[in-house]
Amino acid sequence: MRTVNSLIGSPIERLEDLRFLRGRGQYVDDLARKDMLHAAILRSSVAHGRIRSIEVTRARALPGVHSVITAKEIGNRVPRVPMRLQPLPDFERFGQPVIAETKVRYVGEAIAVVLADSPGIAEDALGLVETDIEPLPAVADRHASAEDRSLLFEEAGTNLAIRFRAVRGDAAAAFAGAPYVRRERFRTQRHMALPLEPRGLLAEWDAARERLVIYGGAKVLFFNRRTLAKQLGLPEAAIEIVENDVGGGFGARGEFYPEDFLIPFAARLAGRPVKWTEDRRENLMCINHAREAECEVEIACTREGTILGLRGHAYVDVGAYMRTNGAVGARNVAQFMSGPYRIPNIDIDVALQLTNKTPVGTYRGPGRFETDFFRERLFDMVAQDLGLDRVAFRRRNLVSKQEMPYQIATITPFESKDEFDSGDYQATLDRCLDEVNWPEKSKLAGKLIDGRYHGLAVGCFIEGGAAGPKESARIVLERDGLYSVYVGSSAIGQGLETVFAQIAADALEITIERIRGVFHGSTSYVNDGYGAYHSRSVVMGGSAILDAAAKLRDAIRTWAAQRLNCQASAIEIVEGVKAVGPGGNSIALNELSGESISAEGAFLNKKHTYTYGAHAAHVAVDPKLGHVDLLDYVVVADCGRIINPLTVHGQTVGSVVQGLGGAMMEHLVYDQDAQLLTGSLADYLIPTASDFPNIRAVMLEQHPSPINPLGAKGAGEGGIIAAGGIMANAVANALSALHVQPRELPLTPTRIWELVQAAPR
Amino acid sequence: MSVRFCVNGREVDVDVEPRLTLADCLRHHLRLTGTHVGCEHGVCGACTILLDGAAVRSCLMLAVQAEGAEVVTVEGLSNDADLTPLQKSFRKHHALQCGFCTPGMITTAHALLSEEPNCDAARVREVLSGNLCRCTGYIPIVEAVLEARAAYRPKAQAGDRGGDRA
Repeated sequence: MRTVNSLIGSPIERLEDLRFLRGRGQYVDDLARKDMLHAAILRSSVAHGRIRSIEVTRARALPGVHSVITAKEIGNRVPRVPMRLQPLPDFERFGQPVIAETKVRYVGEAIAVVLADSPGIAEDALGLVETDIEPLPAVADRHASAEDRSLLFEEAGTNLAIRFRAVRGDAAAAFAGAPYVRRERFRTQRHMALPLEPRGLLAEWDAARERLVIYGGAKVLFFNRRTLAKQLGLPEAAIEIVENDVGGGFGARGEFYPEDFLIPFAARLAGRPVKWTEDRRENLMCINHAREAECEVEIACTREGTILGLRGHAYVDVGAYMRTNGAVGARNVAQFMSGPYRIPNIDIDVALQLTNKTPVGTYRGPGRFETDFFRERLFDMVAQDLGLDRVAFRRRNLVSKQEMPYQIATITPFESKDEFDSGDYQATLDRCLDEVNWPEKSKLAGKLIDGRYHGLAVGCFIEGGAAGPKESARIVLERDGLYSVYVGSSAIGQGLETVFAQIAADALEITIERIRGVFHGSTSYVNDGYGAYHSRSVVMGGSAILDAAAKLRDAIRTWAAQRLNCQASAIEIVEGVKAVGPGGNSIALNELSGESISAEGAFLNKKHTYTYGAHAAHVAVDPKLGHVDLLDYVVVADCGRIINPLTVHGQTVGSVVQGLGGAMMEHLVYDQDAQLLTGSLADYLIPTASDFPNIRAVMLEQHPSPINPLGAKGAGEGGIIAAGGIMANAVANALSALHVQPRELPLTPTRIWELVQAAPR
Repeated sequence: MSVRFCVNGREVDVDVEPRLTLADCLRHHLRLTGTHVGCEHGVCGACTILLDGAAVRSCLMLAVQAEGAEVVTVEGLSNDADLTPLQKSFRKHHALQCGFCTPGMITTAHALLSEEPNCDAARVREVLSGNLCRCTGYIPIVEAVLEARAAYRPKAQAGDRGGDRA
């Protein structure tokens, strides 16, 4: 039996599970310190208004209250939340002050922080803070935003943050001579990542050593440390951000939020540890929202169904501020509307409109979920118009294997060219059709059986991954012969410790038991780290581990060569436990007499990986109740080399169900005054165990990525990306006799019932 | 106020404010942080514990209401030596990712299987529908609970598969 080099590709049960299953995970709210103060945050109940006064005297006087912090206590210039991605100068005007200064711009914006001896007293004191806010007309949607009558930032003179444009070929020329053109309008609703664990922070200031330690970090610890160091005027080395177990990220958790300044600031001010735990209502109105997008697009085709061009306008409601990664979703709406299809001529612009709602950020498959709904809906309409089979229409237009690498539309003004790395998009479509038994099942399309209409849909997606520029790793051969792996990647619940242990053990040619641990949660473990976003951990962190492992093996050879009096190149390392020289002389690696041996590695990358595949669904729709029963849902995806089939399969299935939430139920509803109406989990509905019992995923590894040594591609987002478009097409197909064409999500029973009622009879 | 109850087989006597929830009492006074708090309004189920054998939401009751009760948390359903059959089944089926909902899933599933070791997939889904999970899509959790049924059946019945499948 092989004992080494057999871990990558094996369904290894997760190492993390041993603590999680016994209730021994350590999430940030599980931490406590003696002498700890508890923070509670007063949040604006007004969507748009000018602050006349904030009176904190009564709150401060409440026994047990230590202090109350408002913009006044922060100093002359309240720091802004920076843009982490696409840091264009245009966005600086729309930066969020970490605490409301002169205006409030969304319900939930922080106005004051109370520090008290218990969470209860801190919350009691919030009720004693008296705020006088002059209400201003709320900008509740993108139409009001574009009118510029009520301005979020008067000095900017506009509510338009920026307009991105995606261009490929010559769309105007393609449309001029096109035999067939169709124009449509689609919309996706505001919804959110909703990690199950609310956010939290525990900050400790050591005045003697001028050192700040912050627990509760996630996703991008190093960027957040750089940001905070600048804001607090401290050297980066004086701050350590620690990531505890993290109850889900999905893009939203771990970005730099106002609290990431406020809580450390409070700890330094108070000279005592300060802990803050978000409640669910705060979470629903404060963590990044996403997905509120609309488009008016036109497609041009030949009568045979070859796509000639795609053009139009898109609008993204970005909420009240531009912060951290708030431009990514909109950018992707423009760049990825074409999906995995060969569309030679593209001209799409997208307007990022500010409104008095919670700022947006990335949510798993940002911009892709939205545009897959737009595009796949449009394709089914076009195929129907042209009398073409919808599978054949897609097949005709998929980017082929021979066209790889395939250049996609270029984005301006943040000049960004991109290309698909590898793959056979037809093959995953074929496999998906096989899995769902398309020839048989599609006979049911539109059939009314026992009072329910049956519908089928199939479509294709691509999923970007592996964002650069870099990731770091360090591996240490400890004196007891065990290996410790340190990485700059972050764990947000995706099983990083297990897959990195697999990669490291294979690279070191050792068994997994010889890995002492994978250490990922601190800015002190490696010099420079980038974290977990854009499905980058396995590709970037994993490749950095390969580099560190190779360098460590070189270091071990050099070390052993000195002791065995030979050339380093003559040393053979056997199963990581001994180094053998030319004459058979050997030296054990589990009893290093002196220091441990360590090596640092890195992986640098400017390209992206593209996982791809197809989804298919079979639904039964009750036209009287508007209820959709999902009878079968299949995802087939090729994600390059698979490290752990168990975790990649699990993430895909989970991702599908999250996407079905966005397709069928999840909706952050605001009224005309920009008040959030869905402030609890009784109002904001997410899928439960009884909603979608029939989900299948088939993960393939036929086409490794050529851009990294593992051959891996980012995974975990592919399940969510296509879900909206597939479900809408399946419902349209089911209700084809009634000519129902969904153009908006979510497909709640009410919406479907209304579409049925509105259908021409 | 003083409240006395039994947690995981241990008698405790805690001095609490009347407004303190049982979840916060367990987590912050007794340092049993395996019980998680995800919503504080009884929807997510992460705080589910066993109270006199029944699965209840510890965020929806006050600590003082636990007077005299027998409370079991996820820590009480675990041991150092090995994972329990239910926990092993969760691990095998990859029924957890971030782990935050897991304690509530384990306590809820334990209560269900203790009462109904022959329950079918639909019943498992019905009971677990009060526990939110954002990572797994529930499919592997249901599979894990179904597989763990055998361990909850009396020995004589152990070979009986109950005639139902996922």
